[in-house]
Formats: sequence, structure tokens, C-alpha cells
Amino acid sequence: MAVDYTFPEGSARTAAAQQEAAEHMSISMGPSHPSTHGVLRLQLDIDGEIVTRADPVIGYLHRGDEKIAENMTYNQFVPYTDRLDYLGPLSNNIAYAMAVEKLAGVEVPPRGQATRVIAAELSRISSHLVGLGAFGIDVGAWTIFLYTFTEREKLYRLFEELTGARFTTSYTRIGGASRDIPEGWLGRVDAFCDQFLPILDEILGLLTRNRIFLDRTEGVGVISRADAIAYGLTGPNLRASGVPLDLRKDRPYCGYEQYEFDVPVGTKGDSYDRYLCRGEEMKQSVRIIKQAVKAFPGGDWFARDARRIFAPPKDRVLTSIEELIQNFMIVTEGPKMPPGEVYFEAENPKGILGFYVVSRGGGVPWRLKIRSPSFCNLSILPKTCVGAMFTDIVAILGSFDFVMGECDR
Amino acid sequence: MPATHDLAAALARKFPQVAPRASTDWPAFNIPADQALTALQWLRDEAGFDMLTDLTAIDWSAAASPRFTVVWHLTSTSRFDCVRIAAACADDTSPSMPSAIALWPSANWHEREAYDMFGIAFPGHPDLRRILMWDGYPYHPLRKEFPLAGLDAPLPDAEVAEETGARVQAAPYMGGPFVATPGESAGVAEPCGRDQSWSEGKEKPAP
Repeated sequence: MAVDYTFPEGSARTAAAQQEAAEHMSISMGPSHPSTHGVLRLQLDIDGEIVTRADPVIGYLHRGDEKIAENMTYNQFVPYTDRLDYLGPLSNNIAYAMAVEKLAGVEVPPRGQATRVIAAELSRISSHLVGLGAFGIDVGAWTIFLYTFTEREKLYRLFEELTGARFTTSYTRIGGASRDIPEGWLGRVDAFCDQFLPILDEILGLLTRNRIFLDRTEGVGVISRADAIAYGLTGPNLRASGVPLDLRKDRPYCGYEQYEFDVPVGTKGDSYDRYLCRGEEMKQSVRIIKQAVKAFPGGDWFARDARRIFAPPKDRVLTSIEELIQNFMIVTEGPKMPPGEVYFEAENPKGILGFYVVSRGGGVPWRLKIRSPSFCNLSILPKTCVGAMFTDIVAILGSFDFVMGECDR
Repeated sequence: MPATHDLAAALARKFPQVAPRASTDWPAFNIPADQALTALQWLRDEAGFDMLTDLTAIDWSAAASPRFTVVWHLTSTSRFDCVRIAAACADDTSPSMPSAIALWPSANWHEREAYDMFGIAFPGHPDLRRILMWDGYPYHPLRKEFPLAGLDAPLPDAEVAEETGARVQAAPYMGGPFVATPGESAGVAEPCGRDQSWSEGKEKPAP
């Protein structure tokens, strides 16, 4: 049966309005879409192929981490930090531990710091490898993913050896780590770095001068220097726009001032620059790791004065009444922390991860705010996506390298 | 690079009502809510704190007054130092704070989050919607009276709710804080020793 599409005389939907309605389309991209890397949803209005409005809808992975933190002791929260940026859990562990150490006034000795630097840089490489592989897939280059995941697998073996877990590492403790580095681990880290550099060159060589990749990313999603600062972008996304802000260099923590490395900075702030920055950052991470391995200090790997914070070793708990009491108090009521407010930021793979801890004393934070880089980085999407082609959205999202676990908390 | 005391002195000259705030690390200042925006603008334009890295709020419990404090963390991308500005919301029942969105677009999502989690209104914000919870969610979860286990609420999707009759339920675990409260006997202080209906015994917070 034929359907009559004409509207009665005097109807608001004139031919012109109908034409316009047909050209404008509202599309919901995600929350379950391969290129939105998790559960980001973009509410898009498109005019033909051009995006006229983009409204990111987040919160699908909200677990109330900040509420949970207010209801558990400082030590108990460490595993929750794994689940923020789950592609670089070691970096989150370290940032959280350092925030609470700042509150407690504890400083980790050089050996512990060097371990943390190596762990953080390995996790940066591992995070960038996923970001790069996924970006490759987003713009149609499948092979990259296979190469990067092979390398990441090698890293995960190193993480497993160090922490006992591949993915959710929960490695740090307030004032130290769950254990010292295993026998021979540094040698294997060094061997990984040596074999990784030529493979990284091979991976980057597949993309950097690739005509198709250039066409998809060059001049796409350009973010100006002023915009990047105004929207609070951090990490490679900020540096690609020409702002050389890297806290490892500019506000060194964890002994980063001892290591020699360069901060790659982009010039145009497009998707291609963001890709170049990540690629170069991996090489710089290898540089840092090699220096840290070479000059790996001896001595304690945990802070002696942090003993009032983390639970004593199990064999002591079972044989000595002092340690038994201390263990009981730390487990039930949490470590005694001084009242005060601290805000610590660390340069994580995705950007600056900040922990704002408000303590009123006792073993539980009164308020713990997680300033997550992915959350801030994504807030510029409504500006960046407008005017882009619909297919460019995929290239923009891929180049942002965000993780929703961290964005939604 | 202006040292901490220089910044404090300059701020105090410009805004006499600014008071230093207790802080373990960065210089921190308390500012009356009505001067917050001008002070933030001064810090951005004159003192070089060009990036708003974080904006959040603190709930000092239902009994406290002023109850809500809004906290800004500003960073300088040239000197790499940080400053913390805090302002107490005047009204405890319907707190509000002028929006900083005109100074930094990054305030947009942070303010939406503070509104979502604490119920703080930001007059001047063009699009103050919930961001992490769904539109129409009746509570503000980071307020202190909101229980960790959550509260019974309607499903976000009315159609699904009608079809299935399902609601958002409080978490089925043994509820309560994961930590014991000091100074009480184990039967009271230990969460596991408590009745599972702990969250029902308390009064629901007003939506």
C-alpha cells in the first residue's frame, strides 16, 4: 500500500522544513561501540557528514569510588586505585600512595623510589601500547594492535613477577610496596627494554609515514594551546598542543630529577601530534628505565617510619603480642593519620592524576577526591568534535586515549 | 616566581577578607563566596595560575554549619606551582556557589559533578545537569547522610521499570562502613556484628 507522505496545507512541516529534518540527524554513539573504548556515549547531531553538536554522556561506569574511600581505611583503598586507569594500574597505585605519604609525612627511601619509577614507566609503556594499538584499529590499521599486544604481554609477565598480578596489581603500600623486587627482575627489565626499542621503531614505522594514517589524522581534532590549558587537558594530549607541562620534569617527585629524559611536545595539536607524542614518550620511558636499572640503589625498599601505617609481617603477628595488637588496630580502625589537607598530582600515562585528601585524623579519609585526567581530557569533546566529519570522531576519540574506569570513577 | 608569602600578601592586599587556610602542602586560602570569582580571576590574570586542575566540594556533615565548602585547585603552567582556594557555601540546605565557567571552560564538568554528588547549585552555569548519575536520580550520593549501600530509587528508564517492575536497590552486602569505629565495644563497632537492616533503621535523606 502506498503511504501518503504529504502534509496538509498550512502544516508547519513545509517542504523546506522536511528537507532540513532529513538532513539533520541525531545519533547516539555508544555506550557500547568499539571506538568509544569502554562505555562513553556521544550524543551527536549531524548535518550530512558534519557534526553540529556533540554531547558526551558519561557515568556508565560510575562505581562511587570516592564514597567508598570515605568508608574504608587508607590501606584498604589501594586495590580500588587499580580500577581507575586500568591500563596503567601501577601508576595509579603510586600516585595514591604518594598522596597519602604526603599527608603522613613519610618519605620512601631511594630504593623504593627507584622501584616505583621503573614500575611507573613500564606501566606508561604498557598503557601507551594499548592506546596506540586501539588507535590503529580505530583508523583501520589492524596490524599495530597485534604488535603492541605482543609487547604488552611481555610487560605483563614482568608485572606479574613484581606484584603477583598481571592486571590489578595493587603493588604499593603507604610508605612502601607489597614486596621488594624479585631476584633477577632488573636484568629482565633491562633485556625487555633492549629488545623493545627496535620493535617500537617497527611499530611506529608502520604508521608515522603511512599515507592512509596521515590522511585520517593530520589536521583532525585540532586543539589550540589556549584551549588545551583552558579545558584542563593534561598528559600527552596537552603536550601535543605545544604546552611542555610534564610533572616528572617540572615538579619532580619520586626521584625523577635524577634521570635524564626529554619531554616531547607537539606543534599543531591534532590527532597525529598526539600519536607522535605517545610514540616518543615510550622511547623516553625506556631511557628512564635504563638509567634507573643501571643506578639501582641498595638499602630499604620501604620507609621505616611507615610501620605505624601498614600491617606488620604475618609471621611477626602470629608470634609477638606487640605486632598482634598493632595488626589488629591497623586492620580494624586504620592507621593513625594527622589531620590536614593534601593535593598530590602525578604524571600518569593519561595525564595528571590528582588525589585531594581531606583528613580529620584517624584511619579513614573524610573526603578523597580523585582528579582523573580522562575526565578532564574528555570535557573538551563538545568543542573539538563540532565541525568534524562523522568518521573523524573515531580518529579524535582514538587519539585522546582515555579510559572510562578513570573518567567515571 | 612569587613565593608563598608574596602571594598571601598580594591576595590580602587585594582581598582583605581572605584568610589563610590550614594546609599540609600548597598555599591555601579561604575566601568569602561572593568574592570567590573575582579572586579566582585575579589569580588567573595577575598571579599566573592559568589552569583550573580541579574543582570539588566537601560535605562537613549534616550537623556542621557552614556545611559545604567548594575547593578550587589552580596550577600555573609556567611556574608549575599550585594554589588551593576554598569558599564555604552560605546556605546549608540549598547551597550555591557562583560558576567559574566564564573563567575556565574546564569548570563545566567539574561543577556538574559537584552538583550531581553534593547538590550544590552553580548560578551562571549554562547547563547544570547531572553527569555521573542519571537525570532524575533523586539523591546526591556524596552527602554524608547518604549510606554507602545506596538507597532504593526508580530505574533510570521508565519503560524498563514499567515492564519489569524493577527498582534500583541498596547493595545486598552486610552494609555499613568497612572500618570499626574507635572506642566502642566489638559488638557495636564491628560492622559484621551489626544487623543487616542497618540502612533501613536510618532516616532517608531528603531528595
